[in-house]
Amino acid sequence: MSSFGIKNEKLAGWNRPPVFESDGEGELLEVAMGPHHPSTHGVFRMDVVLDGERVIKLKPVFGYLHRNHEQLGQTQSYLANMPYTDRLDYFCSLTNNWAYALAVEKLVGQEVPERAEYLRVILAELTRVQNHASTIGFLLQEMGASGTPLMYAFREREKILDLFESLTGSRMMCNYMRFGGCRVDASPAWIEATRKVVAGLPAFVDEFERFLMTNEILMARCQGIGVLRPDLAVNSGISGPMLRASGVNYDIRKVDHYGIYDRFKFRVPLGDHGDIYDRYMVRMLEMRESISILNQALKDLPAGPVMDPKAKIRNFRPKAGESYGRIEAPKGELGFYLISDGSPNPYRYRVRPPSFINLTVLEDMCLGSNVADVVLIFGSVDIVLGEVDR
Amino acid sequence: MKSVEEIKAAIETAVPGAAVTVIPNPAPNAQHSLLIGAQHGVAVAEFLRDNEELALDYLSNVTGVDYLDKEIPEKVKVTRQVSKTVDGVEQTVDEMVEETRKRVEPGYLEAVYHLFSVAKKHGPVIIRMRTANRTDQVELPSLTPVWRGAEFQEREIFDLFGIVFTGHPDLRRILMWDEFKDHPMRRDYVEPDDFEYEPTAHDEVLKRAQEHKAKVAAGEAVQ
Amino acid sequence: MAVDEKLKIELGKQGVMVTTIQELYNWGRRSSIWPMQFGLACCAIEMIATTMARYDLARFGSEVFRPSPRQADLMIISGTVTKKMAPQVVRLYNQMAEPRYVIAMGACAISGGPFKQGYNVLKGIDRYIPVDVHIPGCPPRPEALIQAFMTLQKKIDEQHLTGEGRPRHLDEQAPGEFQVPEFGEHDLDPPSNPGTWTVPKIIQ
Repeated sequence: MSSFGIKNEKLAGWNRPPVFESDGEGELLEVAMGPHHPSTHGVFRMDVVLDGERVIKLKPVFGYLHRNHEQLGQTQSYLANMPYTDRLDYFCSLTNNWAYALAVEKLVGQEVPERAEYLRVILAELTRVQNHASTIGFLLQEMGASGTPLMYAFREREKILDLFESLTGSRMMCNYMRFGGCRVDASPAWIEATRKVVAGLPAFVDEFERFLMTNEILMARCQGIGVLRPDLAVNSGISGPMLRASGVNYDIRKVDHYGIYDRFKFRVPLGDHGDIYDRYMVRMLEMRESISILNQALKDLPAGPVMDPKAKIRNFRPKAGESYGRIEAPKGELGFYLISDGSPNPYRYRVRPPSFINLTVLEDMCLGSNVADVVLIFGSVDIVLGEVDR
Repeated sequence: MKSVEEIKAAIETAVPGAAVTVIPNPAPNAQHSLLIGAQHGVAVAEFLRDNEELALDYLSNVTGVDYLDKEIPEKVKVTRQVSKTVDGVEQTVDEMVEETRKRVEPGYLEAVYHLFSVAKKHGPVIIRMRTANRTDQVELPSLTPVWRGAEFQEREIFDLFGIVFTGHPDLRRILMWDEFKDHPMRRDYVEPDDFEYEPTAHDEVLKRAQEHKAKVAAGEAVQ
Repeated sequence: MAVDEKLKIELGKQGVMVTTIQELYNWGRRSSIWPMQFGLACCAIEMIATTMARYDLARFGSEVFRPSPRQADLMIISGTVTKKMAPQVVRLYNQMAEPRYVIAMGACAISGGPFKQGYNVLKGIDRYIPVDVHIPGCPPRPEALIQAFMTLQKKIDEQHLTGEGRPRHLDEQAPGEFQVPEFGEHDLDPPSNPGTWTVPKIIQ
């Protein structure tokens, strides 16, 4: 079994970004891209050193949306943290809920009823579809396709948000999962509506693909740009579609079998080159796999309670101990690490944010490329600032 | 995957002198962890990454934890000179007296690393390192040269907890601004007093708003 | 002098349009409020959703999001303003040309919202710059943002060009620049702009 070339690359500093030197002609230009920049997905800043058009140094600057999530998490009860997790990665509040619920369930050894597990899978996969669609829309927006692909993505996203709203009461901040199940049951009408939306999704993905897949501009701007080597990706803790686009077969749904993912048949799309095009393509294919999981889950959805009757909600005080729970969120490995000292509040509440750690290799991917490509490479990482800075 | 005890034994044979302690986790998930002596941190990390059987090539999560100084009351027997009347004459006699004293156990800062294996698809193996105290000896070896994934997370811990990672290639503040002086995730951090206006104060916010009002009344703060 | 409403309608039927400078001026200002393309946090996603096909902000003349503050009329503070971001927000506001407006979108921009107790969270952007419309919600729905646009349009429409309460750009005494706070060792310096914000009185 290879361990991604780590053995034969024991040279010191192999995992550091290479040093680029000026070619000696003209002056170097230092540019602060952000925190107010239309393509930084929010308030992110990159301090870029340019030699002409070429990037020779890039340092990301974080913290412009540091809202003290972890500190607040330690001053309030376990349940009160659930709505805060919605605001981590605000595109995918339901997967954040699930990761946190999973960590707490591991801490206290809580079981989850069958129907709740199915509902969780359905909601997580719907979240994945809308996240990937929006990400591709934003990527195209940054490529210059101003508005149109994003409008197609948001048209589909609105349909999914309507489902979230009718089930949980909120479009974006769902606050739906609880330790030991889900907050409310889904009505038969909701299941029917979901079936209808899911039945329409393949047509949307087909349409998206037909417009984009062989688009000349997309191929010219994406192929061979922002390449990430698999050995560096693993060593840097990269996760999610970005890791798989580099050809590393690591999907936590397959590895950990959390929830009931071992019951569904789905494939893990892998990239070959690790460039922007592969990251785009992996997301496109993952949407199709998600639709397949959705169809299977909707078919087998059992009846029953959605909340374990033995689950404790009031006066929830886990015994001393710690737990690390992680799931495959649309952006990558989302983990929660909790240390309990027996009090109603966590002693330590830590979020392992995939977007933040995926930015580790941003400099390596951007060095030597044109400044216009930085925007694309950055967009292909798929970050949400609420999760990066927390 | 090997159990924590087996990993401990493997580390001790591979890295002579490494002090490894198993920290049991009483929670039902039984994710036990290994406490590594800081001076052998990098050697142990390299062993865990390069060992064929473990192949922990993926560092997922790095967490800083702050433990405050603890005051432990304990009973100590002390000899004391007591004046007593023995046989009608006043004398000074040594006597054993039991006394309750408070022993201060120094707090420490801890870095917790969650390791997984992408090649073997197993994990987590959890290792921890502790600083000597919370004030002046806060150095730990950086594991960024071993796993690049620690780069930003160790910077975050440096920023919010104040652990200094020696050997880190770029140790600067990451979330707060550079001029900031405190380490806000420490348990004894005092926040700036800006709760002057509270329309719907309750619970902790009410407490802090009242504290602010008291300060204004005492002339220590402006409105 | 206001024109008699009945006469105005009658003249309108005949194809004659009568108006005042004030009405024309305010109509022009309110019908093309160009917002700045500036997202902070969760609310920014709802702001984007508002401009998309379903809610279609273009119906209100505000779909042209400008990346540069020099070309924008409106700043939507869409999300939590952290202490690290606050100086940049004030600087951007200073760079906007008059007439300029501010919508504080969501609980965080109004008061810090759910993150109020955080050490790095500013407890409301109106500590540094004047806000025209506040929208509550976490995040506010797109309909609420549209409501805020309509409120702002109404506010512009009702402004008199002279006298007390005239728009800021016609008032020579009104401040044009707002103090940009600096990063201190523990907090921003100053914690609020004294000319812009005072502690509101709470009537019990």
